[in-house]
Amino acid sequence: MAYTITEKILLSHTDKKIIKPGEFIWAKVDFTLGNDITAPIAINEFEGYGAKKVFDNKKIALIPDHFIPAKDIRSAKQAKRLKEFAAKHKIVHYYEVGRMGIEHALLPELGLVKPGELIIGADSHTCTYGALGAFSTGVGSTDLAAAWITGHCWLRVPETIKFIYKGKLSKWASGKDLILYTIGNIGVDGALYKAMEFSGSAIEKLPMDDRFSMCNMAIEAGGKSGIIEPDDITLDYVKKHKGKKSKFKIFKSDKDAKYSEVKEYNVSGLEPQVACPHLPSNVKPVSKLKNVKVDQVVIGSCTNGRILDLRIAAKILKGRKVKSGIRVIVIPATQQIYLDAIKEGLAEIFIKAGAVLSTPTCGPCLGGHAGILADGEVALATTNRNFIGRMGSPKSFVYLSNPAVAASSAIKGRIAHPEEVL
Amino acid sequence: MIIKGRAHKFGDDINTDDIIAAKYLNTTDAKELGSHCMETIALDFSNKVKEGDIIVAGRNFGCGSSREHAPIAIKGCGVSLVIADSFARIFFRNSINIGLPIFELKESAKINEGDELEVNLAKGEIKNLTQNTVYKSEAFAEFMQELIQAGGLMKWIRRKQTTR
Repeated sequence: MAYTITEKILLSHTDKKIIKPGEFIWAKVDFTLGNDITAPIAINEFEGYGAKKVFDNKKIALIPDHFIPAKDIRSAKQAKRLKEFAAKHKIVHYYEVGRMGIEHALLPELGLVKPGELIIGADSHTCTYGALGAFSTGVGSTDLAAAWITGHCWLRVPETIKFIYKGKLSKWASGKDLILYTIGNIGVDGALYKAMEFSGSAIEKLPMDDRFSMCNMAIEAGGKSGIIEPDDITLDYVKKHKGKKSKFKIFKSDKDAKYSEVKEYNVSGLEPQVACPHLPSNVKPVSKLKNVKVDQVVIGSCTNGRILDLRIAAKILKGRKVKSGIRVIVIPATQQIYLDAIKEGLAEIFIKAGAVLSTPTCGPCLGGHAGILADGEVALATTNRNFIGRMGSPKSFVYLSNPAVAASSAIKGRIAHPEEVL
Repeated sequence: MIIKGRAHKFGDDINTDDIIAAKYLNTTDAKELGSHCMETIALDFSNKVKEGDIIVAGRNFGCGSSREHAPIAIKGCGVSLVIADSFARIFFRNSINIGLPIFELKESAKINEGDELEVNLAKGEIKNLTQNTVYKSEAFAEFMQELIQAGGLMKWIRRKQTTR
C-alpha cells in the first residue's frame, strides 16, 4: 500500500498493519509539550484523575513562555505550578527563565524533537516540528494529561493536501510569504483536519528557519499538521542540534501515495505578503499596502523569532533609524538566539536603530504583555495571528509579515517593501 | 438527554481569542472564564446568556489557539451546546474531551437569533420550536461516540486502563 509521509509516521506509532485516512488510532507519542497557560489545566486533570506517575519523565517538556517572565501574580502562580509539578515528577525538560525560550523554537534547538517522531503539544503551533519531517500537532490540555498518564493520544488519521511550490523565491520573499500566500489562497479552514505536505523546488532550497515558519502556520489554514520530507538541509540541522537523542527515522512519501488534493503554485517573483486584519487569510502583496501607517513593529514569536529572522531584520536596520514615534520590539525566541544576536553584533544594530531587545517570551503575540496595543493602534508583526484584539485592544489592528518587511516598515513608519529602504 | 434553550447566533471563523481573550488565561476557573466568554465580539454575552442556551455559528468555529479555556468558558457561562457548520480541529477535540456537547449542522444558517431549540443529544435531533422545523446533525464517528458516552477523555482512559 502506498502511503504519505504522515501516514507512515502515524502507522509506525500504532500496532496496526495498515492505516487509512479517516480512521481513529490510539497512537504512541514520542514527546509532549505544555506551557504556562495550557499545562495548569493538564495538571488539574492529571491530579483529578488520581494519577501518581507520568509515563516517562524524559518525554515531557514544561516551558513557561507565554506570560513569562511573569506579568502578574496570577501568571506567576501558574508558572509556579509547572515548576512544582516538574520537581514532583522529576520532569527532565523543565526550563526556567534564563534557560527558557519560546517552546517551538526551543525544542528543535535542543534536539528534543526529531524526524519521524510523533509529537503532541498543548499549544496550537506544535505543528512547527513538521519542518523536521515529524508528525507534530497541537492538542488540548486534557489530551496532554491523558498522554502524561498513558503515553498515547487519540488521533484521526488525516487526509493530506500536497502543496508544490515551483520556481525560485525572490530576494525578499521567505517561507513566511509562502505560507501567508497559501493561507490567502485556501482560507483559514482550507486545510481543516488535514495534513499539509509542502514540497517542490522552492521548498528544497528553503533554509530550516523558513521551513519552521511555514509548518508553524499550518494551523492558520485549519491544518492538523504541516510537514516537509527530510533532506540534506534537515539532516544538517539535526546534526547540529543533536541533544542527547541521536536516533531517528527518516520517512518519505511514496510516489503513488494518495492525496485529497494537490495544489501547485509558481512562486517565482512572488512579492512579500502581508495578512491584513482580522484574519491570517486576508492576504495582500506588500506593494498594495504602502499607505498603512504603523505604531508598533514586533519581530519575534514562534513563527519568526529565529536567528535567520533577526539577521534579515538587522541587515535592513543597520545604520538606519526607526522612524520617530514608532515602537519596535525585537524578541529573540530563545536564550541561544539572544546570545547569537549579541555575538553577531545584531543586538547593537537593533539598539542603535532605536528598537528594544526583549527577553524570550510569547508576550505581545497573543496580547499577553510586553507590547500591548491601545485603541486605534496598528501593529505590523512577524507573528502568526491577527484576530480582533489579538495584541491588545479589540479596537487595535494587527498586520502580519516577514521580518524584512517588518524592519523596513519600522524605518518608514508605514508598511514598506525592503527595496524602499535598501 | 434533552436540552432546551435559546439560540445565540455567531458568524464564520469565530476564533478562540473571540471566545476567551488571552488576557484572561491567567486563571483556570470556569465561572470566571465564563464571565468573559465572547467579550471581544459581544460585550454583554455572558450577562445575556441563560443556563442551557445554545450557541449557533457558521464555519470553522473555535479556530486559532489550543486553549481549553475556550470550551471551559462556554460551559462556564451556562451554554449547553454549540451548533456550527464546522469546527476547528483542536476546539472539536477539546469539546469532546471535556464533555461540552457540539453538533455539526450544515443548515445552521436557517436558525435565527433567539429561536427556541429543543435538542435530543443522543439522536442528534434539533427541533426548532420557533420555526416548527426539525434538523438532523451530522453523525459522530463511532470512536467519538465512545468518547462522548464515556463522558470525556479522562473517563474513557480510566475505563480503558481498568478493562485492560
